[in-house]
Order: sequence, then C-alpha cells, then structure tokens
Amino acid sequence: MDFEPSPEQKLILETVRRFVREEILPLEADLDPDASELPAHHRERLVAMTKELGFYGLDIPEEYGGPGIDLVTRTLMAFEMAQHRAGLYAPCYGVFGGAGLAQLYEADDDQKERYLHPVLRGEKRGFFALTEPSGGSDPARAIRTTAVRDGDDWILDGEKTFISGADKADFGIVFARTDPELGRKGITCFLVDTDMPGFRVRRIVHTLRSTHYAAELEFNRVRVPGRNVLGEVNQGFAIANDRLSRNRIPYAAGCVGVALKAQEMAIAYAKTRKTFGDYLSTRQAVQWMIVDNEIDLRTARALTLEAAARADAGKPFRTEAAICKLVASEGASRVVDRAMQIHGGYGMTKDLPLERWYRELRIRRVGEGPNEIQRLIVARDVIGGSFH
Amino acid sequence: MAVQFHANGMSGLRLTKPWLDLDEAAIAALPGQLGVYEIGDAQGGTLELGFAGGRSRFGLRSAIAEAAAKHERAARFRYEVTMQYWSRFEELLAVYVADHGELPAANAENRGGRRVGRIAAAGS
Repeated sequence: MDFEPSPEQKLILETVRRFVREEILPLEADLDPDASELPAHHRERLVAMTKELGFYGLDIPEEYGGPGIDLVTRTLMAFEMAQHRAGLYAPCYGVFGGAGLAQLYEADDDQKERYLHPVLRGEKRGFFALTEPSGGSDPARAIRTTAVRDGDDWILDGEKTFISGADKADFGIVFARTDPELGRKGITCFLVDTDMPGFRVRRIVHTLRSTHYAAELEFNRVRVPGRNVLGEVNQGFAIANDRLSRNRIPYAAGCVGVALKAQEMAIAYAKTRKTFGDYLSTRQAVQWMIVDNEIDLRTARALTLEAAARADAGKPFRTEAAICKLVASEGASRVVDRAMQIHGGYGMTKDLPLERWYRELRIRRVGEGPNEIQRLIVARDVIGGSFH
Repeated sequence: MAVQFHANGMSGLRLTKPWLDLDEAAIAALPGQLGVYEIGDAQGGTLELGFAGGRSRFGLRSAIAEAAAKHERAARFRYEVTMQYWSRFEELLAVYVADHGELPAANAENRGGRRVGRIAAAGS
C-alpha cells in the first residue's frame, strides 16, 4: 500500500506539526515534566484555535458534528500530535477534543440525550469499566460483577480496577454479568451515574505513569434503572469487544508518534555530541542503534496505517489492529530505549521527555489488551479455531 | 485469583508521616527527592497540599521552603518521598475534600477550574 500523504493530507499534517511546535512545546517547557493538563486559560485559547482550524472533535462522527476526516488521515495526524512530552497519553493536552466514549453512539435516543450530548458539549465525563481484580484480558470469564433484575431496575454488586478517569467522572459504562450460565453471552452493559448510592471510588491505583492514573471501584447494591441498559441485555460483550479493536489503531499511532520524536532527538544529539574527538553519529555502534530505530519505526508506521486503511475501507481489521498495536508498542519501546542510550546520562533525566515516554510505553504493552492477547487474536485469525 | 497486596504501599490514602516543626534546620535536612507535602498551622489546620515535581531545583527541600514562605501562619509540615507525585497529590486532594468538604484555600485558588477526584472517605 502507498501511504504517501496526498497534497491535502500534507497541508493538514504541516498545520498540525506547526501547532505542536509553536503552541504546545513552548507551553510544555514551563509545565511539570509529568503534567498532562494545561492551565485553563491556555487550554481555552488552544481549543478555540483547533475549532477555527476545523480540527476539533476529530474522532466524533460527522453526523454528530465531527469534521469527517478519514481514519488514515487521523492516524497521520495522531503521529504528529504525539510528538511532545505528554504526547503519548495526552496528545496536545486534549485540545483537539475527544470522541467521548464510542459506545454512546450506539445508545438509544434517551441515553444520547442524557449522556452522549452532554459529553460532546464538554459538560459530562464518563469512564469505561471492564477490568476487574480477577482479570481484564478475558472479560467473558473474569467479570464477576453481577447485575440482578429487581422490578424495572437492576442491582449491581462487584468491583472494577484499573479504571481511568473514574474519580472525576459523572457516569461510567460498566459491564456486569447478568446470566452466570451464558459466559460471554451473559454480560450486559450499564450506564451508571457516579452519584448513585453504593458507587464508590475506593482508591487511586498508583503506577509508573504518574498522571492519568487509574482507580479501583466498588459497586455495593447500586440500583440502576432499566433505561440505563446500553444495548441489549446479555449483549454487552460485543460492545466491549468492538471498542477494544477500534481503540488499538489510535493507541498504536501514539506509540509511533513519540518514537518518531525520540528518533529525531537521537539523530540530532548523535550529530552534535563528540566523544574521543568525533561525533557519536560516526560511531558504528550508534549508527546501528539509529538504523534499528528506523526499521522499528517504519514497520510500526506502515502496519498502523494499513490497519487504518482497512477500517476506512469497511474491511475486517481485527487482525491488523492487533498486529499494529503490538508492533508499535514494542517497537516504540525499543526506539525510546535506544534513544536514551545514545543520550547517555541526559537520557535518564527529567530534563528530556525520554524517561517519561520510557515509563509510559511500558504500560502500552499491557494496556488495551496485553501483547500476548494480541498474538492470541492473530493466531486465532490466521490459524483458526477458538483457542479455549 | 485477585492480587492481594495492598494497595497503597506508600502509606495508605492519607499522609501519615510525622509532623515536623517548620524551621531552617528542618528544611535544610530535607531530601532533594521528589514527593508530596502538607503545610500546616499551629492549630492543626492544613494550609496547603503540594508536590515537589521534576522542575523543582532541590526537590522537597526547595519546594517546601517556597511553599512555607507563602504562608504567614505556616508552623509545621510533613512530607512523603514518591516518584508518583502527581497521582499521589491528586489522591491527597481527593481525600482532603472527602474529609473536609472543600480544598485547602491555597489549593482551591490554584485549581483553575480543574476537577478534584471523588474518593471514598472511609479507611486510612
């Protein structure tokens, strides 16, 4: 496939690149190196700029006010938007807007009115709660949170863990078991308001990613009205699964973005830093690190764009999404690791963004489905069989 | 089987390190590491929660000295060394609001409209 950007794409990418270099990087120089939010006045100013550019809410479907940009172009943009310190988990600090929670586009009209539209207006925040202490990679078996019908309502009991944004959210998309006999066909998706009695954020889960932390949640006889069932009863697994596949492409794109920047930094440093009377870039050991970086980068970039192109074409893309997620997360980890090695002691410091990317990329090999699960998905698709 | 380690291996939800009197010697003895801190008055009130982040010149030592200098009533402080200073700071703010219903005044002034997390008040 030819992924050479079209003239229109080049114009868009140049605009985004300039935005990152002229608007984001100067602000970042004054922020704490682990920050993932901008001061409110800067955020408002930059959101106004992205709206003016027609790039706000990139992932929002066109019928809901999004700009209607295809996924390949959004992936190319994501490569650019990640090229700063906070870029992996907070590309451009969110000033391009988000799509909210994709499952809400499948909600009924009443639910869209109560949840989707307030999210798109920036009035409400939601979280996605699938993983439990018993596991997250095999939700069909690991979900122990139960929902039992009580008249027109459902009573939820259980716990969730590693849930991002739950402590500051207004509601959550929560998966619970509604039929213990049916395995993956016994799971239902609920919209749970965080002020419903019995819902508690038990604690923050501290990880090597200091911002964008996760939380541990408790559901103690939470009464959820029947009108808050998202989709059909016992059909929640399909909703979860679809989200997991779709998210893997932008997830991979963020990895590629920071790796591109790390490689740029490594080359620049190697061409200016001298040891034993000559530049690092003349040393074969360093050259090979840069070459290996380039191979990892080009592989991840091509596979991520291939997955996006298949999704744009309406073709099945589960295998491609799994491959690009694992190749990009593992490749980018190696690229950043080599870039740190080339930078020597400076590479370990908070003066440079490399140490933050190094920590956060480690999470990328587990987040959105561990890479072992991605391999399992690919094996299932190319060999066949259900792998029970 | 769920993992049974507890949670906040650092010190539970709240800061539980001993309070120290605020004087030059105590500040000079502080480590240069990153972490979180609490500045208090002589009556047992909290004046400010804060963190020593990656841009602090001498970690907790300089961050606490600078924070204390802003508060006339500052009389004591306590701190916790942690590299997860952002998430720990956000956790301390959330727990403080759960316990007291509002942020310390200095934190409220600097919040700039950003939400504070809601966390269960029960437990340590």
